[in-house]
Amino acid sequence: MTRTLRLDGVDRSFGDRQVLKNVSFEVAAGRMTGFVGANGAGKTTTMRIILGVLSADAGEVSWGGTPLTRQDRRRFGYMPEERGLYPKMTTREQVAYLGRLHGLDAAAARRATDALLERVGLGERGDDLLETLSLGNQQRAQIAAALVHDPEVLVLDEPFSGLDPLAVENIVTVLRERASAGAPVLFSSHQLDVVERLCDDLVIIGDGVIRAAGSRQQLRDSYTVPRYELVVDGDAGWVRDHPGVTLVELDGPRAVFDLPAGTDDQPVLQAALARGPVRAFRPVSPSLTEIFREVTQ
Amino acid sequence: MNVTQAARLVAEREIRVKLRDRTFLFGTLFFLLIAAAGTILPPLLSGGPSTVAVTESAAGPLRAAGLEVRVVPDDRAAEQAVRDDDVDAAVVAGPAVLAMDDAPDDVVNALSTQPTVHLLDPDAVDPVVAFLVPFVFAFVFFITSQTFGLQIAQSVIEEKQTRIVEILVAAVPVRALLAGKVVAGAILAFAQIALIAVVAVIGLQIGDSGGLFSLLAPAIGWFVPFFLLGFVLLAAMWAAAGALANRQEDIGAVSTPVQLAVMLPFFAVIFLNDNDTAMRVLSYLPFSSPTAMPLRLFTGDAAGWEPFVSLVILLLAAGAFLLAGARVYEGSLLRTNGRTSLRTAWRERETIG
Repeated sequence: MTRTLRLDGVDRSFGDRQVLKNVSFEVAAGRMTGFVGANGAGKTTTMRIILGVLSADAGEVSWGGTPLTRQDRRRFGYMPEERGLYPKMTTREQVAYLGRLHGLDAAAARRATDALLERVGLGERGDDLLETLSLGNQQRAQIAAALVHDPEVLVLDEPFSGLDPLAVENIVTVLRERASAGAPVLFSSHQLDVVERLCDDLVIIGDGVIRAAGSRQQLRDSYTVPRYELVVDGDAGWVRDHPGVTLVELDGPRAVFDLPAGTDDQPVLQAALARGPVRAFRPVSPSLTEIFREVTQ
Repeated sequence: MNVTQAARLVAEREIRVKLRDRTFLFGTLFFLLIAAAGTILPPLLSGGPSTVAVTESAAGPLRAAGLEVRVVPDDRAAEQAVRDDDVDAAVVAGPAVLAMDDAPDDVVNALSTQPTVHLLDPDAVDPVVAFLVPFVFAFVFFITSQTFGLQIAQSVIEEKQTRIVEILVAAVPVRALLAGKVVAGAILAFAQIALIAVVAVIGLQIGDSGGLFSLLAPAIGWFVPFFLLGFVLLAAMWAAAGALANRQEDIGAVSTPVQLAVMLPFFAVIFLNDNDTAMRVLSYLPFSSPTAMPLRLFTGDAAGWEPFVSLVILLLAAGAFLLAGARVYEGSLLRTNGRTSLRTAWRERETIG
């Protein structure tokens, strides 16, 4: 059964400051949903409200069509923004403890912990006190703590910060597995390149307002002003004077330019061919960074 | 999983961690040594008859009294033996008793006749014991509630400071966290006291002061329920104080009211324990009743119904403080930026679902 996590018109203020304004979006089952926004945009507050650690002033969070209850949330996996586990306990012990708090019995918690520590590459350090682990390994332990009870939904606040590239790959694989098993995965990150590579869906928040939400491809398409790259043998400066062209960038033989929406792009190519050989002519998709800049401005 | 099961898991973790804590283990060991030393050593140290130097002709009554007699040729030699510290005392012609700086009661008693004494109230408490027992009760309650209360606060702060509290609160009700900590503290405190008590009782038997135990038993019986409820009362305060702090360094500031609630009754019971009216009042006030009421029972000043009334008052107070503590705890647990004021914690609680 596929289920959707849904936020509907969520408001939240701290004192006089409203940090979330009518926040609504969906996290679909089996999809990795990236949650991006500048610092202070409201990502962490949103995630805390999903987990019930903060309450919403208005609006509702629902799971599979019904409002979230504490019982539902116990089957969620949560990695808070500010990391923390017990420094004086071993990783194995506290991951198992958190498993039990989430409803596993002792034997199941032990089995899940052993398997998971192996999976995130902490198998050999599992019996060391947490405080003796490197920050990267503590981060792996934190991820194990969020996954130990085989959660139905994953909400991870900046899961990749502080990880080296190998560790990022390792964790990404683990998260992908959960998503393919049908869990909705919501993760925030400020590393837009990582998000771009990983997410199926994207939610962009700015100043407490959802600026854009949808699948990665959809967002790309809707935020693409028709933009092209042209490489010729000579100097490409003439493009500037071609009707309709807005030059974005010019570097000798290479030019990047926009055309008004709905304009046929072929006349530009023909004009270029008339002047000599053309080495490249292609539409350019905006990067996530560009979309992000555009929607949050 | 319900609140009780969650609280149990929390309590189990607290206890397991504490049992591996060196400071806690050495502390317990230290108390055990004190208990053993305090009960076994005094009879041994005060024991042993005096040694007396005396001429053969006067040695008879001293030997009969079981003293260790050293026979000397004359009084001059007897005096010299005392001066040389070879013996505790000497008996010379007169008869007179010579000693350096301390009148040897057993020697004097051996040489004098005493009138027969008939005790009309043989159950009345020995004044030394009457002085010591209130002190011991008050001290045990003071030390334990202080140590274990502080540990509860520290454990609350640790969870806040490391931010693991966010994961915990997302998984189990805040009430379960609070209950688990209070229960674990009570169990540890009680186990420690029980262990110390066992050692002390064994020590009393070895030191041959077993009679004291039968005298104390009823008062100890009442001390147990009073202690437990009093501990819960203070533990709720400690947990709330811990939740208000944000770093271990803040603990001194936030726990001052709790410290006073422990300290004032302690000194009141110590200093006012022979003032009947004061003790009557103290034995009903929730913060002092855990030590004052068992004490009045011990000295036989309290009527049979009194402990029950006092216990009910304490129970109500503990319940009220637990609820208030839980509210403050919920209101401040997730405020991780700076110290939370009591007022904010009380008013602006998150309605955590």
